[in-house]
Amino acid sequence: MKPEKMILQKILDIPPSGIRKYFDLLNEMKDVISLGVGEPDFNTPWNVSEAGIYSLEKGHTHYSSNSGMLKLRETISHYMKRKYGLEYEAKSQVLVTVGGSEGIDLALRTLVGPGDEVIIPEPSFVAYQGCTKLTGATPVIIKLRAEDQFKLTPEQLEKALSPRTKVVIIPYPNNPTGAVMNSDELSAIVKILKDKDLVVISDEIYAELTYEGKHVSIAGFEGMKDKTIVINGFSKAFAMTGWRLGYVCGHASFIKAMNKIHQYAIMCAPTTAQHAAIEALTNGDAAVDEMVREYNRRRRVLVDGFRKMGLDCFEPLGAFYVFPSIQKTGLSSEEFCEKLLLTEKVLVVPGTAFGEVGEGFVRVSYASSMKNIMEALKRIKRFISVIT
Amino acid sequence: MEEILEILEKNSRYTVEQIAVMTGKSAEDVQKAIEKYEEDEVIVGYTTLVNWDKTGKESVVAMIEVKLTPQRGEGFDKVAERIYKFPEVKACYLMSGSYDLTVIIEGKTIKEVALFVAEKLAPLESVLSTATHFVLKKYKDKGTIFENNSQDKREAIFI
Ligand SMILES: Cc1ncc(COP(=O)(O)O)c(C=O)c1O
Repeated sequence: MKPEKMILQKILDIPPSGIRKYFDLLNEMKDVISLGVGEPDFNTPWNVSEAGIYSLEKGHTHYSSNSGMLKLRETISHYMKRKYGLEYEAKSQVLVTVGGSEGIDLALRTLVGPGDEVIIPEPSFVAYQGCTKLTGATPVIIKLRAEDQFKLTPEQLEKALSPRTKVVIIPYPNNPTGAVMNSDELSAIVKILKDKDLVVISDEIYAELTYEGKHVSIAGFEGMKDKTIVINGFSKAFAMTGWRLGYVCGHASFIKAMNKIHQYAIMCAPTTAQHAAIEALTNGDAAVDEMVREYNRRRRVLVDGFRKMGLDCFEPLGAFYVFPSIQKTGLSSEEFCEKLLLTEKVLVVPGTAFGEVGEGFVRVSYASSMKNIMEALKRIKRFISVIT
Repeated sequence: MEEILEILEKNSRYTVEQIAVMTGKSAEDVQKAIEKYEEDEVIVGYTTLVNWDKTGKESVVAMIEVKLTPQRGEGFDKVAERIYKFPEVKACYLMSGSYDLTVIIEGKTIKEVALFVAEKLAPLESVLSTATHFVLKKYKDKGTIFENNSQDKREAIFI
């Protein structure tokens, strides 16, 4: 038996990660400032960690119910109402998952297969395309444009729709661009989608990280709730990436179906994390608020820094990324990142890691201390003045 | 505008321009606000947080619980003033609960602090009693954790 011969072709076809090589370089180099990471630099707020620790001390070391502790689902249900005005019944419309990642995978596996099309606006989080391909469905990519501030326009959506479209992914606030869509912009999208036989997967994992006005969920528009699966989680807002906890909310039929996969593949999400998550949702607002205000300052410093260097940088209003254009340097995204890393020891991620349309851009994460950000800007400025 | 104070409280070395960028305000507005804060003594000073343990300097810190008899007509304020005016007193708070003042003293040696308590503090007429606690180790001060390994320990992960 030749192991590699046994592996499914569609798995072999998954290309190696575009930024792996940077991480390998990173591990060999010293004093690198990494603005390449997609996770908060803050540790989990202590009251939240402490709630997890306390649950261990109390001996809560067992499985929870498949769909998650009822108390947590009830807390999520309240939270969704309180934050976004969305009403989900705890028992039938909420499923606790291993991160938003599992939510995305479950939703796609539940809904699509060979012959179906999934509309994915790019640049975007890589899992949408990856998970879609694993189901055998066809990703249909919408190339978002910098001049639209990387928002999804009704015209582009209209063009991408076909009779085979089964799912449309709405990825806002967006990784890697930091773009958000406000109520008016979403309403134009809703008009198109409302009466179609398709499902929206709305990835709202960055919903709490918005800097002008509150996040608006597409599920809140009339006629959208039953056809939208909302993906959310604790990783970004509560700085809980390592706890691996997220949730999906949607129509009871969808949740029931997703739970069928979840119960076999995962059994249940980590129990310790579920205990901590209850504390996060009930007593976490102040800590989130403090992190958001700090992110906001860093965001302004980065946008200002890039603009002062003469690079075009649209103002991102969500998540913790800025997505400046590096076209003026004459380098490709990959060249830019590699040279910057080797000469100035600053890691940013090429826009192409998030889809071809990311060429000419780099993703810079501000989930790093202000000190690091200011030093990184100095180095990038020096780098640009040398190459241009 | 309070955000300016929050920023300065974390790091008072940021320039007016840097704070302006961080808060999305103009440099003039930030400059004016800071001047006003200084004038109104909202900002009372700019200091540096030093971890003296890492230097050769010998120093001890003690927290002293002081019980007082209030003075007629002036409560505790007058006695407190007599106490906090000593340069050895780094902080002085009026407390609720079983004692009245917390006095934080810094001196070169335990003996120096003990002498201060015995000679300056305890003999004051309105001081009923004192209890001196020496600080053995500072883990965290003014919101900053000492010996905090601030290195980025996050592992490289795809996205
Ligand atoms: C847009 C987006 N969705 C979902 C996730 C998954 O997060 P988690 O699985 O930690 O909840 C990420 C993580 O980077 C993300 O950027």
